Amino acid sequence: MATTEVPQYKKKDFASDQEVRWCPGCGDYSILNAVQTVFARLGIPREKFVVVSGIGCSSRFPYYMNTYGMHTVHGRAPGIASGVKLANPDLSVWVVTGDGDALAIGGNHFIHALRRNIDIKILLFNNRIYGLTKGQASPTSPRGKRTASTPFGVLDPPFNPISVALGVGATFVARTVDRFGKHLQEVLERAARHKGSALVEIYQNCVIFNQGAYDYLTDKEGRYEHALYLEHGKPLRFGKDLEKGIRLNRWRPEVVRVDEVGEDELLVHDEKSPSPAEAFLLAQMDYPEFPVPLGVFRDVEAPSLEEEMVHQTEEIRQKTHEDLLDLLRGKNHWEVK
Amino acid sequence: MATKSEESRPAAAERQPVDEVTIRIAGDSGDGIQLTGTQLTVSSAIAGNDLATLPDYPAEIRAPAGTLPGVSGFQIHFSSHEILTPGDKADVLVAFNPAALKVNLPDLRPGGILIVNKNAFDENALQKAGYESNPLEDGSLQGYRVYAVEITKLTREALKDSGLTFREQDRCKNFFALGMIYWLYSRPLEPTIEWIREKFKARPELAKANEKVLRAGYNYADIARIFQTVYEVPPAKLAPGTYRHVDGNEAVALAMATVARTTGVPVFLGSYPITPASSILHQASKLRAFGVTTFQAEDEIAGIGSSVGAAFAGNIAYTTTSGPGLSLKSEIVGLAVILELPLVIVDVQRGGPSTGLPTKTEQADLLQALWGRHGEAPLPVLAATSPGDCFWMTLEATRIAVKYMTPVLLLTEGYLANGAEPWRVPTLDEIPRIEVKYFDDPSAFRGVYHRDPKTLARPWIKPGTPGLEHRVGGLEKDEMGRVSYVPENHQKMCELRAKKIAGIVDDIPPAKLEEGSLDDDLLVVAWGATYGAVTQAVREERAAGRRVASLHLRYLNPLPRGFEEILRSFDRVLVPELNLGQLEKIIRMEYLIEVEGLHKVQGQPFRVQEIRERIQEMLGA
Repeated sequence: MATTEVPQYKKKDFASDQEVRWCPGCGDYSILNAVQTVFARLGIPREKFVVVSGIGCSSRFPYYMNTYGMHTVHGRAPGIASGVKLANPDLSVWVVTGDGDALAIGGNHFIHALRRNIDIKILLFNNRIYGLTKGQASPTSPRGKRTASTPFGVLDPPFNPISVALGVGATFVARTVDRFGKHLQEVLERAARHKGSALVEIYQNCVIFNQGAYDYLTDKEGRYEHALYLEHGKPLRFGKDLEKGIRLNRWRPEVVRVDEVGEDELLVHDEKSPSPAEAFLLAQMDYPEFPVPLGVFRDVEAPSLEEEMVHQTEEIRQKTHEDLLDLLRGKNHWEVK
Repeated sequence: MATKSEESRPAAAERQPVDEVTIRIAGDSGDGIQLTGTQLTVSSAIAGNDLATLPDYPAEIRAPAGTLPGVSGFQIHFSSHEILTPGDKADVLVAFNPAALKVNLPDLRPGGILIVNKNAFDENALQKAGYESNPLEDGSLQGYRVYAVEITKLTREALKDSGLTFREQDRCKNFFALGMIYWLYSRPLEPTIEWIREKFKARPELAKANEKVLRAGYNYADIARIFQTVYEVPPAKLAPGTYRHVDGNEAVALAMATVARTTGVPVFLGSYPITPASSILHQASKLRAFGVTTFQAEDEIAGIGSSVGAAFAGNIAYTTTSGPGLSLKSEIVGLAVILELPLVIVDVQRGGPSTGLPTKTEQADLLQALWGRHGEAPLPVLAATSPGDCFWMTLEATRIAVKYMTPVLLLTEGYLANGAEPWRVPTLDEIPRIEVKYFDDPSAFRGVYHRDPKTLARPWIKPGTPGLEHRVGGLEKDEMGRVSYVPENHQKMCELRAKKIAGIVDDIPPAKLEEGSLDDDLLVVAWGATYGAVTQAVREERAAGRRVASLHLRYLNPLPRGFEEILRSFDRVLVPELNLGQLEKIIRMEYLIEVEGLHKVQGQPFRVQEIRERIQEMLGA
């Protein structure tokens, strides 16, 4: 089979000529930078990328990518991207969305895209606020948060996107942070290499409406003390000198000192586990009681929807000789002379 | 046993040729009424008659047995001449229970044949149907030729050695009645027997039982001599060719396969189940080998969303729905308008608003189709006139969508979706070629919204084409495809999009009179599936000497050239519609011409008589 040479791309090859119009200091800049960097090294011809978004600050993303792109309707990007992928499985299809877009108005499409294991990569920029509509509470805003639409504090408990994704059986689920450039790129590349649907939750700072929402995680101390970097096959350790760890006490995780309990006591991360249960347990760990797990929660192999569709079509085509005129005539037809 | 209808017919029965007949079969929604009706349709089609059908079933899958709301009906009109409607009044009514009798008797013509299942008229069933006394005994059916047949008992007798339970046996009784009708109207048994054998391939005992009961019904009519007359409806004189029977939804799906095969471009249907559109999805999902991919999305919005995605990726995309689904889709229809991507949206209209009368027909989505969007979002709106026309109009909608890079809305109706007619199968060279051109030359690229000077269509550029990476989106763009908030640009783009759609008028047939001439006294204007009833009514009134003409619209936007001139040639215009006057409003608004409406929103199509009476009223006796 002839292979086409894929050009050696640089990051700038993926930057469009459009002026980027996010607020100065917005976390989206570093995500855009990381996505362009990662796309350049995936070995996929540029014309095969399609970036699809819904509505919100993050959803302006496709305009800034020098790829094929669609900026669509609030919440609906996963469905639209699914159509792109099914229509041409050869394309590398990415969805850029936010916490309001993916989890509020688009919750239904979000879960079904993940459930189907269709090969689209969903990048969920989670800033825990509505930005473009000026600061209302989102489905990930923490309880008690005072926002434009909740001046006395949010009453309803937030969604955990990782738990939701695991709950519908997503085959690739990961979390990273806008400010952790290297980690962000690593996770994006892992998502790109995964076959099937992928969710990457990206904690993203909104400088205008939710400044500092992730400071506990991103400040000097937080990035060691409150972050738990997941690595497949490695015990769960965190802290500046990895002096702390997570072990299971019956069904409950607990934070322990490694020098007190010994490394063998610690939970070992298994992103390949067939059951999403372990990953779900990790997903439930959150600041301040626990460190925040970052990295790949789950990465398992399963047939993707478009592959199954292609196989099924091949099978059908082999079994049937379909003639258009026969179809139009149907089984019962008669001649009038 | 001999099965050839000719051989087994006793010489004693009088043979009487008739020109046309309307039969209605009614029973519980679990009685297999629709199936029985479909078989009668197929055998009548094969007998060479012209025909039209009207299935009329409840919204509930199995409404409580024996109750009035649970009654399912199927009407078929077949004839030896061209017919356009499923018939006003039935000549024959088959009622499987008292509820079916009560609901349908008003539609049986005086002196008509009434066949009832006598075994179903017990006290309990009579009470459920609200009868205080048994109509079979109280003389209330005196004006009809009543045949009270013990259908349940005779079916069980025929199956006494079958090993089936009574319940299973009773489910065959519709075939007993069908056998009787086949005898009475000289229909061939063979197509139904073939169908039974195919349908119950996996359960030969049921195939055998149903076949046996069909023959038992036929032979009962033959041997028991209950009818004095055998009716013969000679074949209709149809244009030469190969015929089949087709319903409107099937015709839409057949058109999708035709598009995929004749263009070589993959066809994509993103849809979500909704009555009465679902069977398009069912039929299309069988057509994968023809290049049709179907995707049952999580909701109506993702249904159209996936189709817009597929269109962006270069497929010819469809989405199918009914009124409430169109409402849900409308935001993405707006997106498709601004993206300027080809997409065909099929709305099989049903009674609304909301869930309304989900299994019944109506034409009340016209205004939604034309204007049910945010912003200035014009798109072409087409309407099919008959089940077979659904095929042609789907092709036409596709042609316009691809040529003009626009979403197109095709309105069909529940009446067309489920109604069947003999359809002359086109030869391959009768199928219009739909030309699909992708733009793939970076050196000639002058902008995502750089338009063809004639059609004003933008180029269709598939992802995967090197050097033409571009972005489309809901935000307003300039000609290059860059986001633009420039006030004048938005006005220019809105006007260009409107001009593009308006310009399609030069690419569609001009308006012409269906019947009559410009110097007649009254013009009847209709659109969509009222074609049959309106045309028939006007023909009959003309035959009776009234000066009435008719015009039928298949294009609702843009309205065809010459329409206004024709309207102005008449002093009086009547617009019959299955809504409260939607086309009527459009005509007033567009042309400032006063018209009169005939409105019906009962979930039922027009009867020819209703339109005739209005014409008579307007023109005087």
